[in-house]
Formats: sequence, C-alpha cells, structure tokens
Amino acid sequence: MAATAIYSYAWLVPLALWVLLIAWSVLLLPVTAAVFVLLSRFSLFHPIQWISECTSLLTASSTIFSLVVLCGVVLITGLFNLEFYTLVPSIPCSRMALLGTVLHPRQCVHSLVYCTMGMLVMWCASVTIGGRYSTLGIPCRGSGFNNCIPVVTCLNEYHLFLLLAGAFMGYSHSFLGVVQNMYYVSFQPIQQYKYPRFKGCLPMVVKCSVIQSLYSARNFAALYFFFGYAPKTWISSTLHLQIDSSLQPLDSLTGLLDFSLLYHLTISGTFLYFTWYLTVLLFRIYVTEAYSFPVQSTFTEDAEQCLPKVLAETNTLVMKFFALQDLALLSQHSLSRRLEVFCLSQPGGHPHNWNAISRECLSLLSELTQRLVAHQDAVASNGRVKSQSASSDTRSASLSSSGKTPRLGVPLRTPGSVFKSSVGGVHSALTAPFTPDVDSPFSSPAIRRLVGQQEPRSPWFGTVQSPHIMRRGPKLWSASTGSSRFTVIPLHGLETPVNSCSCHTLNCSAQVKSFLAKRVLIVYLFNKLPEASSQALFADSQVHIWALQGLSHLVAASFSEDQFGVVQTTLPNILSCLVVLLEAVDRHFKLPHASSKPARAVCRMGDSTYKTLRFALRAALKTAIYKITTTFGEHLNAVNISTEHRKRLQQFLEFKE
Amino acid sequence: MCSLGVFPAPVTAAQTLLERNNELLSALHPGEHPQPCDLPSPQFTRDTLKGHSRPESSSRSAFLDQRDTLWMRSAGAWRDAGLYGLLDEITNSAEEVPRFLAVGSACVLALLRWASSFHGSLFPHLTLSSDEMVAEFSQMSDSALRSFAWHPHTDKFAVALLDDSIRIYKSNSSATPTLKHRCQRSVCALQWKPLCGSALAVACQSCLLIWHVDPTSLSTRPSSGCAQVLSHPGHSPITSIAWSPTGSLLVSASPVDTAMMVWDVAAESAVPLQRVGGGGVTYLSWSPDGSRLLAATPSALFRVWETRMWTCERWPCLKGSCQVRKLRKLSITVFELMYAFIYFFKLTFFSQTSWDPRGERLAVLLKGDSQAVNHPSVIAVFKTRSSPVFELLPCGFVMGEAGAEPRFMQFHPHFQHGALLTVCWSDGRISHVPFYFSSAGLLGGDSPQQALASNTADHSSNKLYTEQIS
Repeated sequence: MAATAIYSYAWLVPLALWVLLIAWSVLLLPVTAAVFVLLSRFSLFHPIQWISECTSLLTASSTIFSLVVLCGVVLITGLFNLEFYTLVPSIPCSRMALLGTVLHPRQCVHSLVYCTMGMLVMWCASVTIGGRYSTLGIPCRGSGFNNCIPVVTCLNEYHLFLLLAGAFMGYSHSFLGVVQNMYYVSFQPIQQYKYPRFKGCLPMVVKCSVIQSLYSARNFAALYFFFGYAPKTWISSTLHLQIDSSLQPLDSLTGLLDFSLLYHLTISGTFLYFTWYLTVLLFRIYVTEAYSFPVQSTFTEDAEQCLPKVLAETNTLVMKFFALQDLALLSQHSLSRRLEVFCLSQPGGHPHNWNAISRECLSLLSELTQRLVAHQDAVASNGRVKSQSASSDTRSASLSSSGKTPRLGVPLRTPGSVFKSSVGGVHSALTAPFTPDVDSPFSSPAIRRLVGQQEPRSPWFGTVQSPHIMRRGPKLWSASTGSSRFTVIPLHGLETPVNSCSCHTLNCSAQVKSFLAKRVLIVYLFNKLPEASSQALFADSQVHIWALQGLSHLVAASFSEDQFGVVQTTLPNILSCLVVLLEAVDRHFKLPHASSKPARAVCRMGDSTYKTLRFALRAALKTAIYKITTTFGEHLNAVNISTEHRKRLQQFLEFKE
Repeated sequence: MCSLGVFPAPVTAAQTLLERNNELLSALHPGEHPQPCDLPSPQFTRDTLKGHSRPESSSRSAFLDQRDTLWMRSAGAWRDAGLYGLLDEITNSAEEVPRFLAVGSACVLALLRWASSFHGSLFPHLTLSSDEMVAEFSQMSDSALRSFAWHPHTDKFAVALLDDSIRIYKSNSSATPTLKHRCQRSVCALQWKPLCGSALAVACQSCLLIWHVDPTSLSTRPSSGCAQVLSHPGHSPITSIAWSPTGSLLVSASPVDTAMMVWDVAAESAVPLQRVGGGGVTYLSWSPDGSRLLAATPSALFRVWETRMWTCERWPCLKGSCQVRKLRKLSITVFELMYAFIYFFKLTFFSQTSWDPRGERLAVLLKGDSQAVNHPSVIAVFKTRSSPVFELLPCGFVMGEAGAEPRFMQFHPHFQHGALLTVCWSDGRISHVPFYFSSAGLLGGDSPQQALASNTADHSSNKLYTEQIS
C-alpha cells in the first residue's frame, strides 16, 4: 500500500509537470508566432503596410489553424521530453556505440516523429509567409502546341524546399539530441525562482536557435544542391505534378543564391528550433526545481513521503535526486529541519532520522568508491582492460598518455611471398603503436583486438617465426620501449586458436585483418573516445556531490546543534568513508585522460555539465572534508579512526591538501 | 558616527608597531622584540619590477604606415577593434569601396556613436577604456603592489605586483612561489578559496584565473597548467570577486557587464544573474554566514542578494543620508552595519574598511588629498562592540614610515592574541600591526563570527531588510 503511494506520487509529479510545461509552451506560442510573422514579412521601405499586413495576417483563420497545428507539435515535443529525459547521461565510449544509439529503434521513432513535426512546422511557416511559398502545387502553363496552352498544376519547388528543410532540421535536431545529450537534465549550482531563471536563459535559447538554424540552413542548402533532384522528381511523379521548366530549378547554384529564400529558410528554421528549445528549457526548469520533503511526520500514512524513506528509495531515480538535493539544501539553509534530523524518536529515543540519512549517504559514497576501485583494478594490472560492460570499458593506459596516438598499418615493404607480406602486415599492426615516428589518430585497443594483435607468449608468436620477423621483432620492441612512452602491453581477447590451423587460413585471416586495419572508417568507428570512461564512471555523480554536501554540513552543524550527540556515533564511519573515497578519487585522477579538461562548448542547447562532474566531485569531496576538519579542529584526535586515515586528516587540519 | 576629533593625536613620522593596553605604540621598551610573529614582510620597489609592455594600440606609431589591400585592412580592423573598427575603415577608404557602402557605413557608425554616447551619458564609466576602468574600480595604487589577500585559514598571503606576477608568502617558509600566466594581466583582486588549502582566484583584465598552488610543493614557479581560465563573453574586465564562505561558489563582477557571474569553479560553468540598472557591478562582498551578498554598482545604487533563492533588493542611494536614516529605522545588526560601512565609506571620503574577524577592531582607510601636502592617507582604527548595543569607540591612527601612505589593508583572519592588521604602503612595503587585547567574545566562549551568524541563522525564515520592517 505504502509502496503504491510512492509510485503514484512519483507518477503524479511528472504528470503535473508535463501539464504545466505544456500550458506554458502553448501560452508562449502566439508570442513567438507573432514575432515570426513580423520578421518573415519584414519590409524596410513600407513600414506601415508591413504592420497592417501583419496584424491582418495574425487574425486570419489560416494563422489560427497553424497555431492549432503548432500546439499539437508542442504537445508531442513535451511528450517526447518527458519520455526521453534523463538525469544520468548515457556516454558512448566509441563512435560505434554512438552509431548504435542513433540507430536504436527508439531513436529511429524519435527521428521519424521529429522529421514529421519539422515538416508540419515548416508547412505552417510557409503558409504564414505566403507568396510563392504557400502551396505545393501552382498553376502553370504546360508545354502546349501552337496556341492551345493548357493550364496544369506544377510543382512549387519553394514549398517543397521548405518542407524538406523542415524534415532535415527535425532529423538533425533528433541526431544532435543524441550526440549532445540534449535530454540530459543537469542541476544548477544555485537555486533560482522559475521566472528569473527563464528570463536569464531566454537570450541563450534565442542565440542557440539562431546559430543552429544558420548551420542547418547551410547544411541543407548543400544537401539540396547535390541531392535535391531525387525528392523533386519523386514528388512530382507520385503526385502527378509537372515541373515548370521555365523557372530556375532550386538545386542549382543560381537558384540557391536567392537572398530572400535563404532569409526565409533561416527565419523559419529559427522559429522551428526556438519552439523546440523553449520546450526543452521549460522542461529543464520545471524538472530541476527543488522539492522539499518533510523530515519526519507525525502521521504514519505520510511516513513514506518523508526524507529518510525517499532517500532509501531505489526504484525511481528522480525521487532520489530530489531527496538528495533537498538534503543538501536543508543542511545548509534550514536550522529547524536540521534539528529534526538530529532529534530522537519519541518512544524509544533512537536517532532514526539521522541513522537512515547517514546510512544512505554512506552507502552511496562507498558504492562510488567500489566502482572507482574496480575500474582502477581493471586498468591497472598490466594495462589490461578486463571485460566490462560495453558502454564503460576503458581505453588502455598505454595508449592514451600522449595527445597524438600513433598510426596503424603502414605495411612493411617486404617483398616475397604473400605469406611473408601478410604476416608483415599483421606485425606492422602489432608493432605500429610502438613505433614512435609515425602518427595518426587511428589506433585503439579495440581495433588491435580486431586485427588480431598477438601476445608474445601466445602460441602464434612461436609458430610464425620467419627469420625475417625474428630479426625484426626484438629490435622494434626494444626500440619502442626505449624511445617512446608506449610500453609493451599485451591485449586480451586475441587468443585465437591458431595452433592447429593450416597455413592457408592463417594467411587469409591475417589478410582480412590487415585489410581491416587499413580501413580508415572502421578504425574511426571503433576508436575509443578519450575521457569517455572517466565521464561514464562519474555520470551520476551529482547525487554523490549532494550527499557529500549534505553530510558535511550536517556534521559541521552537529558541532553546535546536535543536543543528543547522535552524530558522534557515526563520525568515525563518515570520516573513514570520505578518506577512502578521496584516496580512490586521487588514484583515479592519476589515470591518463582522467584529468584532462574537455573543450568548452561555444553555444549549444545540449548540456555538457556531465563532462566536468568528476572535477566537481573532487572539489566537493575536499570541501566536505575541510568543512568537517575546520569545524571540529583538534577534537578530531579523539575520534576513533585508523592511523592512516588520521594522517590524511592531519593534512587537512594543516591545510596541506 | 563619531567625529575624528576625539581620536588621540597621531604621532607623526614614526611607524606604528602595535597596540597594547589600549594604546597604539610606535616605540617599544628596550629589550622587547618588535615582531613577535614570524610573518614575512617583504618590500617591493617600482624599479625592480618591470611593468607589462605598452598596450598594442599604442605601439602602432612605432611602425611605418603600409598600405594593404582593403580586405586585409578590413580584416585587421575587425580583429583589432571589432565592428567599430571595420566601419571606420570602410568609411575612411571611401575611394576604394562603392559609394553606397561608404555612405551606409558612415551612417551606421554615426548611429552607433550616438547610441553609445547616450548610453555613456547615463553611465559615464562606460566611456572609460579597459585599463582606466581597472584603475578606477579596483584598489589599485601607484605603488608596486596591486592587490593583497590573506589565506582564510593559514599564515599565508598572496601579493599581486605591478609586473602582473603574484607571489605567495608563508610563515616559516622561505619558498615564495611566483605565479605568472599569459592571461594574467592587470590583476584587480585576489581571493583565496575558503575551506581549501590551495585555490587562489585572480581577477584579471580578460578572464578569471583559478590557481591551484600545491601547499606542499617546493616549486617556485608553478606552471600555467596549474591555473584554470574562466571567461565569459562580455564579462571583462573583472574588478571584483568573492568566494562564498563555504567555498562552493565564486561570484565575479565587471563594471561593463550588468550581469554578475556565479561560477561553479570545478565544473567551469557560470550562471549569469542579470539585473538591468546601475550599468555594471563594481564591488562584491559576502556576509560572513553566506546568506547575503552585497553588489555595488558604479551609479548610486546597490543590491543586496539573498543567496537561498538569489533574489535581490535594490537600495538606491543618493547621498547616503537617506539610507542611513533608513538603516536607523531598522534594528541594526552588526552585519547590516558592516554593509553600510563598506558601502558608504567607499562612496565618500573613506576608501576602504576592514573589520577584524572577531568584530572588535574596525580599520578605516581615510583617503588623503593628493594636492595638499599635509593631508596624507591614514588609517583610523575603531574599537567596536556588537552586544548589547553596537558601539564604536576611537582607538587611534596607524602610521607608517615618513612619506609612506597606506594603500590597502586586511586583517589577519585568525590571529591568536587579538587582531593583526596587515597594511600595504605606497613605498611597496608590507607591514603587520598587531593589536593585543583579550576578546570579550572569547570570554563568553562564543566567537563573534558565530554570533554574527546566529543573527541570521535560520534562513528558511530569512527575509530581506524591508520585509522585516514592514
């Protein structure tokens, strides 16, 4: 019963949110539409005519109908936001994984719907702009003989151009949504009311939609220039529309260099993107609004909605986020609620609230510690990445320490038998990462796994010793270890059973592998993205940051506010948990690529906060420990913790971290 | 406010060494050590420090004029001076461009100039150049020192020098790391991050630098890789920065930007908080408990932000008198009065105030008259008490050596035996003046910081000032 209450509650929040969001977006729609009309009909030299035309157009029935259609579009956008939004971003570790996400059926449906919506919006836009854009078919003079000129319906290429642009923009929005993690919702470092936040973000949204529209217009114009002929003929043949040969075709240079056309394309694109981005923005604002949970309740039926219970909730991630955010806020800003946390239960006198909260925070933090330690173990032992889940396996330590990765696959210039040359090819793939003088961006453990790189101890190494290779091999290995920083690291997954295979199959497979190694596209696709594993490890670190803030502020406040000493009992646990986590985090940042900063995005709607979460976590962790040590000072010596941890805390007491 | 007439007469031409038994002493009994604390007090002279090279625009006169093609010149003008430069270039080369383009650009240029002069007449500081603005709104001085900051927790301070380098001095350590960075020009303000041993925020002309100086490292030249560069378009020059007392947020302000930036430094993300009016933000200060933030503008207006939901209240102010009356109507807490001090004294003839962390000594830098001979800048020190009622008693003047004027000052954040005022003098010397007293707050077992905080401790019921009186 109680559980259902939580679930219904968890469902209610998004629903109410969605309704609010839709209401706001729909209310804002006429405003943006009016601005669009004003801009699209703009004429510098007839201002009065322009204004009067616009006002009459705004009250026309076609505009009202367009608005209704646009409302439908906003509704569907809101639905998709609600369905696709995520608090923990999915971080693809290679371009192949990214491709897999883009081609996922769910994403395909998304793209299809967005293409359709883009066409709908563009249809509305073209109707609103009017003039030569208004309909798909226009009457024109057919190719008649003599004086008899029949009036037939021709294809209006301008209209088609805008519709196709809408579909293209819809697809690129959907595609960029995956690439830029558009549906990832991050929480702001400060709390703001909804309206000031909306006002503050609005210029950014306008700027983003203009820039995105300009990019899309450029790309679409290029695309239409090359491939515009296909949809044009297809549409005209299916709808039995003729192509007016007297008009300039748009898929030519002169047809595209039409300032008015490009202006209208950009304006409509901006309108399209703005409608969608505004919904995304409103959704983010509504979803990240802080929610306040009661710390304890006098009624047992409300007990399930209290902070300690919601914190322990594992099924709905949103609730956990809200609860931890609330914990961080109450620990900093609310004395009365802190006192509730520190109080004892009325019959029995147990500090249930504090116990539940601290237990939950500590389990979160120790779970992160375990995750980090497991990752380090995986990376550490001889640079070998043990099999992990596909989305979070990491780049091997050997390759990533320098900015440029060495090149694969310059085949050895060995004349002679096919066998020799092919093996040479394999070995070039094998040794290439260790040859320092060639460089190219294409190399990864994955591809070397794919092309079949061999361990020196594997049976194959023994079987294919031609004198040539035997001579070459050791020389290269030693040269590599001496001159470059790439160490010799055997990779797993290569133990192909080759003991008994014939020379022929060996030959073939080697050829295939060397062939694959030289294919730039495949190397490109399987190339690991740097930092991705680090980002994936810390993808949900916002909860850990809040847990750290909440714990440290509560512990610091307990120094003066905790009347019953409930915090003292858990203080050793908390301190050792924090120190252990700090050690794990420190060790993680020693891994290659973990401490490299991502390039800052210029102006895009996608949120890239997740890329820097690990730095935020490290800063929050240190601040948390400092908060506790500065508050307790010398009293920490009385706390029962191990000697190593005490040594580390002493560093903090002396401000040497 | 008390009159300066009740102050004990300053002893001229003798450096004030310390306060003891409620007296500011400039000479000690024989056999006493003048500096009980082993804090470094370095001195810098202008001659040893070479200032940064002249700005690029002024070096143009050193080269011969060379005619490039119009495209090259336009591109160069666009790169150097933006839209203005481009329009200017097109207008000036009227014989090479089509007539309509030259006329059009001349019209646009005139329109832009008119608009900017109108804007500038509203906010006169916007007509200043970047360097002038830095000089106007920062505590920069004519001496070799540009800025100074104590570390909030340890015996360590950072000094920004005329040559745009920053040096860090520690007690008990001879290593003085020197921080230099390509972007570190015209340093306006320094502040150490609270609850952190290493991070130092530096407000520069074009950006914000966060140095991470490892306290255990013996290196004297940390590489520029230790510095994080934070910048936001349109947000420069930065003249004031303020860390929140918990160290989680950093707020930066620029006189040309109406928005102040709230940085999450580790994540390198900023939230702009924009309020039109005032024409910019020149000065920022957090309250000790972190619940409020004061933001002063170049015009007669300042804002007090509450930091729970980041709403603000405008305090328009013409001459200060109306505001003082308004303050008196409220029940003045120490904290609010501190704001009043900082703000009004900055406005009128006081240039700086600094309050000792125990809340018992208040130092006010009285700006002298640069024309008159007998009106040097001096530091007046007040004794303050916050309970049961607020009291302000004169203590005395802190004097430097002959000819040296104080430029800026800061109290040591945790001096054991009272208060310690560090003063940077115009001759490039940094000296420490200890004030020995037994704290009234310590007797009660309650530090004034906490007493200050307890005034506004419960932030859930926290309201802004006007809400409290209404």
